Amino acid sequence: MMQIALTFAIGCFTLGLLMNLWRIVKAPGVGDRVLALDTMVINAIALLVLYGIAIGDAVYFEVSLIIAMVGFISTVAYARALLRGNIIE
Amino acid sequence: MPLILIAILPFLGALLPGLMIRAGRTVCAWTTATVTAAALIGLLVHAPAVLAGEVITYRLDWLPQLGLNANFMLDGLGLLFAGLILGIGLLIIIYARFYLSREDPMGTFYTYLLLFQGAMVGIVLSDNVLLMLVFWELTSLSSFLLIGYWKHLPEGRQGARMALAVTGMGGLALIGGMLILGQIAGSYDLSVILTQKDAVQASPLYLPALILILLGAFTKSAQFPFHFWLPHAMAAPTPVSAYLHSATMVKAGLFLMARLWPVLAGTPEWFYIVATTGLVTMVLGALIALFKDDLKALLAFSTVSHLGLITMLLGFGTPFAAVAAVFHIINHATFKAALFMTAGIIDHETQTRDIKRLGGLRHLMPVTFVIGTLAALSMAGIPLLNGFLSKEMMLEEAERTIWSGTPWLVPALATFGALLSAAYSFRFVIHTFMGPERHDYPARPHDPGFGLWGAPALLVVLVVVIGILPAAVAGGLVAAASGAVIGGDLPYYSLKIWHGITPALYMSIIALAGGAVLLALHRPLDRLWQATPRPEAKVIFDALMAGVVWLARAITAGVHNGSMARSGAVFAVTIVVAGYAAWAGGAQAPATRDLLPLAAVPLAGWFALMLVTLCLVFWHHQRLVALILIGVIGLIVSVGFVYFSAPDLALTQATVEVVTVILLLLMLNFIPKTTPFESSAGRRLRDGAIAVAVGLGAAALTFALQITDFAQPSISAYHLANSKTGGGGTNVVNVILVDFRGFDTFGEITVLGIAALVIFALTEAVLASPVGKWLANRPLNPDKAGDAHPLMMVVATRVMMPIALVVGTYIFLRGHNEPGGGFIAGLIVAIALVMQYMASGFDWAAARQRFPYHGIIAAGVLIAALTGVGSWFAGRPFLTSSFGYFEIWPIEEFELATAMAFDVGVFLCVVGAVMLALESLARLARRSGVRPSPHAMDVDPSRDVTAGGQ
Repeated sequence: MMQIALTFAIGCFTLGLLMNLWRIVKAPGVGDRVLALDTMVINAIALLVLYGIAIGDAVYFEVSLIIAMVGFISTVAYARALLRGNIIE
Repeated sequence: MPLILIAILPFLGALLPGLMIRAGRTVCAWTTATVTAAALIGLLVHAPAVLAGEVITYRLDWLPQLGLNANFMLDGLGLLFAGLILGIGLLIIIYARFYLSREDPMGTFYTYLLLFQGAMVGIVLSDNVLLMLVFWELTSLSSFLLIGYWKHLPEGRQGARMALAVTGMGGLALIGGMLILGQIAGSYDLSVILTQKDAVQASPLYLPALILILLGAFTKSAQFPFHFWLPHAMAAPTPVSAYLHSATMVKAGLFLMARLWPVLAGTPEWFYIVATTGLVTMVLGALIALFKDDLKALLAFSTVSHLGLITMLLGFGTPFAAVAAVFHIINHATFKAALFMTAGIIDHETQTRDIKRLGGLRHLMPVTFVIGTLAALSMAGIPLLNGFLSKEMMLEEAERTIWSGTPWLVPALATFGALLSAAYSFRFVIHTFMGPERHDYPARPHDPGFGLWGAPALLVVLVVVIGILPAAVAGGLVAAASGAVIGGDLPYYSLKIWHGITPALYMSIIALAGGAVLLALHRPLDRLWQATPRPEAKVIFDALMAGVVWLARAITAGVHNGSMARSGAVFAVTIVVAGYAAWAGGAQAPATRDLLPLAAVPLAGWFALMLVTLCLVFWHHQRLVALILIGVIGLIVSVGFVYFSAPDLALTQATVEVVTVILLLLMLNFIPKTTPFESSAGRRLRDGAIAVAVGLGAAALTFALQITDFAQPSISAYHLANSKTGGGGTNVVNVILVDFRGFDTFGEITVLGIAALVIFALTEAVLASPVGKWLANRPLNPDKAGDAHPLMMVVATRVMMPIALVVGTYIFLRGHNEPGGGFIAGLIVAIALVMQYMASGFDWAAARQRFPYHGIIAAGVLIAALTGVGSWFAGRPFLTSSFGYFEIWPIEEFELATAMAFDVGVFLCVVGAVMLALESLARLARRSGVRPSPHAMDVDPSRDVTAGGQ
């Protein structure tokens, strides 16, 4: 059961990742690309966690936590750059 | 005093003058003099033993694997030279105190002087030829600083450059020669090399080694045809000239020839190269000196001539000539230093060194007159002065020398050289001091204070005392030094004034009488000389240098013209060609590893990576889009690292990615949003072809490496096996970083810190320039949307801060055994801090920043260094780590490793460097006229207005 759930989840997130990729390649504006990248980070985190569960290693969980902790900063920085030009005012 | 201390003392002391100058010029001079005096006393303590024939040694292993050891040796020759260097150095320091004017930075002068002194002492005390080469190069560098001391004078700078170029090239040749010599002898220790005479002279490499070593010696000692740099070095202040050209720099070449005399001398090659060069230099230098009007130029060429004389004596290769050479080294140092100082006094008092504008100074400057005359007469070779004695010995030896079957050639030329020497010495005395008093001196001359004439007076006393009682005063030193040069029994010689009616006496009389006659005829001869066309060394040298510079520029510009594309193309093509050559010339071992099965998720990641990279190639002109694409690549690479079991790398990649994005976004604020298209389609096609070739080549190479096992055991296996037992950690990556390759890491964090400081310095420079004003006053972006310090972001970052710090600490502490470590922890903490800058603004964050980032960087590097030094106290090499297990109730057993202290250094350095770089760039974006908000967040932008009472 677990195996099926994992396979399904990994499949979904991989699909999500590819759709993010599509948005990055073909997007109406830079803002959409930033959003796509942010979502891509989330999907990647999910994939890491799932992979960790699949092979039973806690290290993946930690790595995904840290990526989650610092990953959003880039998105904020992109957003500030788009909105205000300067990211440290 | 151990020998190493004598050599190092001037280097350590060189730190003092720059500091002591704040206490005044006299204090500065006394401090410098104390340093030299201490070294001199340390040397003289050994003198009785050395004069009794003992050889003092000091041994310290430095890099024994390379044969490079800090071995020092003091024998008679070393004592003689070190005594000259330190003794005359002491006099020069006192003289310079009174010579330099108030405008001259005296602290700098003494610092350079001590550096030079230390390098010279190092040369003469080295027992290891590699160590000697190090000091040899140091003399070239420090003399460059001394000669170019008057930076405002173009002659000074040109002279310094010329000296550096010539002696530097000689130094390069010398390195080659010494390496060959060391290879032949089987050791780089002089004490071993000196015993290998037969092996060295029988070797087929003897001649190349000899020529290379002699190139080093001849350039340093200004032998023909390398003599031209010495007169140009006269643009230096007179104390420098007196020091460099009487006792030290130019004597280094002579020292080298004397030092290696036991191994190299005695062959026909040695005789014909060294003696002939010396002879030519002696005559040529003396001839030019006679027609120089500048007092210092006259002395410079006379120095060239006397160096030639000593070289010739060494070249004769007979023990008696070696004794004469040693004796003349002593005599020349005393009278020439005194003469240079006299010239300096005359220049100082009359404001001119032009002999044509001088004359009649004997009544105006009686003290200087006596000093200068005695020294000059000694140089001419007048009896009762020391110059006479060694010149007699030289003539006596020359008279016995047969050059290529011609018995009269050497004696005749030697006599002619002595004659010219007498002529210019007489000219120095008569044209400067004699004749009628003039009324058109640029300044009214009078004798200077004791401070200026005291030093040359002391030297002249030596000139006279050695001249009258040679055996009693200098006999012991000459015997000890000659013994060291000859390396065997001393020949029969006697240091006395009267040797009876000998051929040398006749030659001497001819020289003195001829010199007087020549001086009487000076006026017509001078006209003839001036009318004769001669090659001008400086012009040739400048043309040569211009040619070399042109060639270097042409090659550099061809390969590396500042265009990244060009450099990249050259690099890539070279790699591809070399790789193809290696591939075509070798054979691929059969595959021993099976291919791994292909899973769907990695395939999707691979596909994403390829696609995004391709997009980047096409869209990189839009800079912000390019940055986002790079973000995608970074993400996939991080995930890839995790997937391939490298969580440390993944963590580093993920955090570095964030910092990079912030850094680049800060920069993008100042540069155009798009990159212009600059290259033609053909060019892009070519560059694309190169890029594809490199990419496919790299991929093929990686593939080829991965399908077979390594032919040799890899170092990874060693690291894996020894990580726990040797470094006390199970995280091999971290153990490699802080232990196995800790020295590398130490260098890297230092470089990181320097890079951050450079960014800071550049920012400061930009802000201080007109560009800074423009940046501060540039118009605000009208399209700005949203708040500067949004509530949501401020709150989120404040909540994140302690969490991020705890995570950082955790990652740091467990780093030795689990993924993590100081580097990653540093990045996490830096990101947590940067968040605050982004959320509440620069001013708010900077006001709460209590420790300057510079200090944090410095603390990091220092802690890392101290950890490394700590292992010295345990008698282990730098950065040897140790670890132990401890138990403190109620905590479970835990491990403490010195590597952890080192990791603290890494951590601090990373935090400081990242923050300093980001803060510096953020500083650029600040505008004048925009008042910083006192609030941490923009809840209600109108509150400032109401608070202001409007």
